[in-house]
Amino acid sequence: MSAVIDSHSDDHHHGPAKGITRWLYTTNHKDIGTLYLWFSFLMLFLGGAMAMVIRAELFEPGSQIVSPEFYNQMLTNHGLIMVFGAVMPAFVGLANWIIPMQIGAPDMALPRMNNLSFWILPVAFGILISTFFMEGGGPNFGWTFYAPLSTTYAPPTVTFFIFAVHIMGASSIMGSINIITTILNMRAPGMTFMKMPLFTWTWLITAYLLIAVMPVLAGAVTMMLMDIHFGTSFFNAAGGGDPVLFQHIFWFFGHPEVYIMILPAFGIVSHIIETFSRKPIFGYTSMVYAIASIAILSFIVWAHHMFTVGMPIAGELFFMYTTMLIAIPTGVKVFNWLSTMFKGSISFETPMLFSIAFVALFTIGGLSGLMLAIAPADFQYHDTYFVVAHFHYVLVPGAIFGIIAGVYYWLPKWTGNMYDEVLGKTHFWMSFISVNITFFPMHFVGLAGMPRRIPDYALQFADFNMVISIGAFIFGLTQLLFLFIILKSIFAGKQATSEVWEGAKGLEWTVASPAPYHTFETPPEVK
Amino acid sequence: MSDQSSYFVPASSRLPIWMAFGLMLFVLGAGYTINDLDKPDSNSYWILIAAFAVIFSVFFFWFGEVIKENDKGMYSDQLNRSFVMGMQWFIFSEVMFFFAFFLALGYVRIFAVPWLGGEGEKAISNMLWPGFEATWPVMQTPDQSLFQGPKENMNFPGFANVGHWLPFWNTLCLVTSSGTITIAEHALKKGNRTSFKFWMVMTLILGFTFVYLQGLEYYEAYDHMGLTLGAGIYGTTFFLLTGFHGFHVCLGAIILTIMTIRGFRGAFTKEDHFGLAAGSWYWHFVDVVWILLVLVVYVF
Repeated sequence: MSAVIDSHSDDHHHGPAKGITRWLYTTNHKDIGTLYLWFSFLMLFLGGAMAMVIRAELFEPGSQIVSPEFYNQMLTNHGLIMVFGAVMPAFVGLANWIIPMQIGAPDMALPRMNNLSFWILPVAFGILISTFFMEGGGPNFGWTFYAPLSTTYAPPTVTFFIFAVHIMGASSIMGSINIITTILNMRAPGMTFMKMPLFTWTWLITAYLLIAVMPVLAGAVTMMLMDIHFGTSFFNAAGGGDPVLFQHIFWFFGHPEVYIMILPAFGIVSHIIETFSRKPIFGYTSMVYAIASIAILSFIVWAHHMFTVGMPIAGELFFMYTTMLIAIPTGVKVFNWLSTMFKGSISFETPMLFSIAFVALFTIGGLSGLMLAIAPADFQYHDTYFVVAHFHYVLVPGAIFGIIAGVYYWLPKWTGNMYDEVLGKTHFWMSFISVNITFFPMHFVGLAGMPRRIPDYALQFADFNMVISIGAFIFGLTQLLFLFIILKSIFAGKQATSEVWEGAKGLEWTVASPAPYHTFETPPEVK
Repeated sequence: MSDQSSYFVPASSRLPIWMAFGLMLFVLGAGYTINDLDKPDSNSYWILIAAFAVIFSVFFFWFGEVIKENDKGMYSDQLNRSFVMGMQWFIFSEVMFFFAFFLALGYVRIFAVPWLGGEGEKAISNMLWPGFEATWPVMQTPDQSLFQGPKENMNFPGFANVGHWLPFWNTLCLVTSSGTITIAEHALKKGNRTSFKFWMVMTLILGFTFVYLQGLEYYEAYDHMGLTLGAGIYGTTFFLLTGFHGFHVCLGAIILTIMTIRGFRGAFTKEDHFGLAAGSWYWHFVDVVWILLVLVVYVF
């Protein structure tokens, strides 16, 4: 078919539009990445503020500043906002910024849908937060929203929560379709799968996990909606259903979800460690296979979250053994990072400091996870602060340190200016020390039997809880420094070179700093 | 065809932000409408109607723009591959959505109901309702006062009575329509547009017959069989699985209707008919889900 080719070459070379419409109408992967990252930062502070309320309440035993009902809402929304609003959008934002530059693509594969997947996130979270001001208050059933807490005993605003989750899921699915399509279809000529940068690899697998499990979450909340408003009995044993069914469906989503929140961090840390060790990553191939193995295993371990709910012994054993298998590919990754650093010419800039802390502290979280995987032992640990310590170790010094490391690593590429290294190192040490003050004592109070999700505790836990709260306040305040460092690097700072870091490898370091609005309009050749 | 190396990136677009606005209206409208179900004087459904108006308009303009751009030859082969992959992964996400409901049905049938009836290591849950007998379909729920079990069920009545069994005709419709749409596609690829249009219309007739029969089945279930959403776990799984499938059949039928109209208006060429191909994949997908559904919901 002979078609009229429009004079569209103008459109390929436009700069950003002026004013607010630039952000509302944009199809540019860098703009959308920026939107995701700022949104996630805002949510980090909002979810963090809720954590501060929680720690203020737990500063001393007894009822302190908020009612138990409000405490439940804080706890629930802290979890929801951090998981769906802070960590996941931050990774999608990094993916938007970095993946097209790493694979030599002009943009994401489906740019208009890319805009849509971002702009429905503020919609979802705006509605979620607005439930606080509605009759009955916000969601108060924990971020895992187990039935019947979230069905029979839920506040009426649960309906809005359900639809907000649907929208978050739609955002993740569209974002993931875009990322997968970009990676599969838009790599520069010569970039075979086994030459792909590891961050791109981790996101390819993460996006696959997201498309596989977000619809399952949508199914779970739909069943809740039907049970609440339309008389069905999925999670009601009186009609022949089972509340435990909810937990199975939720964790079938939930366990891959926790890897969704850590795999991209693995990719970021791999890049940073090889750059600042000035050595290629040790065992690239095994890294790729390890990520893939973790992803596959993540589908058959879900019931380790519910050992105490009452499962046949065969189920307990199956999920215990499969869970322990995950330690093998994860161990491969940890030892590969260590081997990369071994005999490397290491320098300790801020991204590297956060990455080394990631390896050490994520491993602590992984090992406490192995303890929790032992079904008989889990009967002691279940629903105690030991679990809280475990998942905060993998999420805060794990996922969030990974994100922070990535932000420091790529910030000069985004803004064109180096960040303030002294402030960056201050940010690191303050965060590193306070994160351990916050979460390490939780292991002790948890093992001693302090239950999670309760606004009060027995007197013998008082000292440790005060320490934990002080650590949390320092950690929260320290992140304001992070905001300051980012703003400072946007407006001032030493001019960054294209390569930024001595020893940085990859296509994103071949373009100027700051990266031009459009990069790789003609794909580069990869040898 | 534009050069392979220049990938078309739209400059900027107002469509997505309107879609986001439509979805916001949808969440508010659906939330308030459902929460106000017991208040007859509530008019929150107007928000929902507005939401649908916005969403459908955006779809109309969005697809219109894509078609226009494609007609102008702005799409390279590489970009068309992006659409193909996007559709394939979208269908995969739909598969996983149904997976959740099949998982629920499997769990209930294999574990939850037998355990309530006193079988296995979880026999302790039998103490809640000691008189409950585990059968599938569950005709007597554990607590009949809360969930009145159905009088009859939809199970396969045996080969002798298959002619009176609606799911049999439904299966026939849907499987045949998967065949007719394949014939239509082949006719289009050969350039035989008359045959293409004929078989598209056949597909639509079969598809809408399916929807009609499904409606008839629901009517019978509610009116004669006491089989409702509130009839315990059998009604729950029956209506949610067949209901979401039926909803997807409707979506697929709407997609194919639009493709047929476009076909009558002269759209699509032998080589370039991705809109139709995507609709056809979607149609095959609902067909496959139906076959699984007949097996686990109706027959076994």
